[in-house]
Amino acid sequence: MSVDTDVKTLVIDEQEVSARSGQTILEVARENDINIPTLCHLEGLSDIGACRLCLVEIKGSNKLLPACVATVQEGMEVSTDTERLRKHRRTVLELLFAERNHVCSVCVSNGRCELQSMAQEQGITHIRFPYRHAAYSVDASHERFTADHNRCILCLRCVRACAEVEGAHVWDVMGRGIDCLLITDLHEEWGRSTCTRCGKCVQVCPTGALFDKSKIGSDHPKYPDFLPFLNLMREAQ
Amino acid sequence: MTIEELEQIALSVRQENAKYDYELNVCMDLACASQGAEKLKDALVKAAEAGAKRVLVRRTGCMGPCSHGPLVRIDPDETLYSRVQAEDAYRIVASLGGALAAGLECDLHEHFDSQVRVVLENAGYIDPEKIDDYIARDGYKALLTVLTEMTPNGVTHRITESGLRGRGGGGYPTGLKWGTVAKAAGNQKYVVCNGDEGDPGAFMDRSVMEGDPHRVIEGMAIAAYAVGANKGFIYVRAEYPVAVSRLTTAIREARRRGLLGNNICNTVFNFDVEIRLGAGAFVCGEETALIASIEGKRGTPRTRPPYPAASGLWGKPTLINNVETFANIAPIVRNGGKWFHDMGSERSKGTKVFALTGKIANTGLVEVPMGIKLREIIEKIGGGVPEGHTFKAVQTGGPSGGCIPAEMLDVGVSYDALLKMGSIMGSGGMIVMDDTSCMVNVARFFVEFCMTESCGKCIPCRAGTAQMHTLLTKISNGTGTLEDLELLEDLCSTVKEASLCGLGQTAPNPVLSTLKYFRHEYIEHIIEKRCRAGVCAMEISAEVTA
Repeated sequence: MSVDTDVKTLVIDEQEVSARSGQTILEVARENDINIPTLCHLEGLSDIGACRLCLVEIKGSNKLLPACVATVQEGMEVSTDTERLRKHRRTVLELLFAERNHVCSVCVSNGRCELQSMAQEQGITHIRFPYRHAAYSVDASHERFTADHNRCILCLRCVRACAEVEGAHVWDVMGRGIDCLLITDLHEEWGRSTCTRCGKCVQVCPTGALFDKSKIGSDHPKYPDFLPFLNLMREAQ
Repeated sequence: MTIEELEQIALSVRQENAKYDYELNVCMDLACASQGAEKLKDALVKAAEAGAKRVLVRRTGCMGPCSHGPLVRIDPDETLYSRVQAEDAYRIVASLGGALAAGLECDLHEHFDSQVRVVLENAGYIDPEKIDDYIARDGYKALLTVLTEMTPNGVTHRITESGLRGRGGGGYPTGLKWGTVAKAAGNQKYVVCNGDEGDPGAFMDRSVMEGDPHRVIEGMAIAAYAVGANKGFIYVRAEYPVAVSRLTTAIREARRRGLLGNNICNTVFNFDVEIRLGAGAFVCGEETALIASIEGKRGTPRTRPPYPAASGLWGKPTLINNVETFANIAPIVRNGGKWFHDMGSERSKGTKVFALTGKIANTGLVEVPMGIKLREIIEKIGGGVPEGHTFKAVQTGGPSGGCIPAEMLDVGVSYDALLKMGSIMGSGGMIVMDDTSCMVNVARFFVEFCMTESCGKCIPCRAGTAQMHTLLTKISNGTGTLEDLELLEDLCSTVKEASLCGLGQTAPNPVLSTLKYFRHEYIEHIIEKRCRAGVCAMEISAEVTA
């Protein structure tokens, strides 16, 4: 038996499951219809473990592990929905809402926003932290798309989609900490950057930070599910 | 280079030094240099030439008690002169062999007597830019002995036996780490020295790199032999230009002497070192961020496992140790693991270098055996807080550490004891605070540091530290409420448990430890709108003016 086909058995939320060696806890949980909330994770992109929503508890360890990057181990007992985890998830979401200006009623993604759905799923009704009232500029220099940094949650899906799938690496981050900002090229305007106008970043953006200009004021669904298929087709070639 | 050649060099240096009647060692470390040590050394050279006695003037690295600088030590008498200026040069040279130069002598016996110097054994005795000076004090002997007489496993075993734990702050057993890297699969392995010292008030690694750079290189070479690496990187922050230039010189000299490069000591062992400069990010002291930075990427940490020991630089097994850890290696190899193991406390062995700063008489570098009481470090070695003030707390471990109050000063210093008190050993910064320090303000300062140094990758650290800072600012200016305090504590637990790397996971420590021991100060700010230290300016609240 080669290492690749090595099968592990483990317990997730008191449910016995089997997994291939090297699979992440998140993959195995989703295969078994166990929901672990995520924001920065997107199938088809590399995982960075940044949003911390997918943290899970492992029996015998006090440390919380991000399910999107932690791989399965034989016999591990995973809890994905404890009071401790729910508390951290709510706090993380509250921090996001207070960090920039997430005003759903005036957002193109209202009703289609992953941050909004996540907050509803986690039962967030109000934000305890003082709003920071960020005042970022809106980059509308691109002929097709707009970037509103006030709605960005820095999940870096656009950065990864652009670098890993499109291969252009137009998006990246400048600054650090609370002053992190997504930029195109070396902080050029998006419209003057080396953007290939493929629009993948817009489709993978979980909020209304990146949106299609033609959809302003109307329903703006996004279709991030194309990525795994695209990757599959490319591998087949 | 063989051992015989090494001994030949050592002998000739000793013979050369024996020609002189006196040695004047001038500390030229940053603190002394900023107070005129450069001019002083030139003046001493001039005075020595004019004098009748044969005098050697040598510049050295940090001698320790920085607050008394510029320092000059006269050997073989071991007389220490403090606060020496260029004008005093002739007086000092004239006094050699006679009575001490009046007004310059200083009594620091109590300061030095409780110290045990292992890492700093050469500090103040060698010229950091002369490899021969280092060789004369048994330098590179350990490396050549290891290469000719020991197996890699034997070296790792000796380090394990010594009980040495990582001096960067985590306290991970060094021998265990070496063994893991040695066992990792792959032909290409790396050794990395973490010299990205960034804690406010910490300068141990800088002094070692500036004052005794060869010690670090020798430690790395021994480690490379033990784990099977042939390439090393020293990651130094660019804010340490002197350290960078001393290390550059040291690497060049070591290559010239055949102590770095191919077939060292006529064996099959090859090892070379390169320097990489940090670009001013505190987070790059975190090992995975450091690796990303060396690889030329944005310096952000990634989730561990895999640990660098399995997958580090360019995915290869990588050994990362701190400067001070590497500085301990050569003496351990020379004197044996047991010698090191006999020093220190039960689970923390050897000595630790601390950078004593703050409201204390003798600020500077001290090296003490583990297990020593905090009180002894502060009152005896440090000379206590200046008169007229009372001790309030000592902050250890930098922004990741905590504040330890007066009633806990009789605890012995060790990794575990500090952790138990809500602080950490950290890299060894020790900031002493007296009654003029406000603990809310101290917590706010460290949280601000973590906020500006957060890389921004994970949400709890990026947005959490910013919110902690907002709440602490509110409390410190008298506009905070008890609900804010409750929220702050709740937030601390999320930032601590949910952050990706050590920076975020430890960022709440200064808040949690001050809340544990100085909660009354927080309450005073909130309820009485009063700062007992008089540091925080209170905003007049709406109710008062109404």
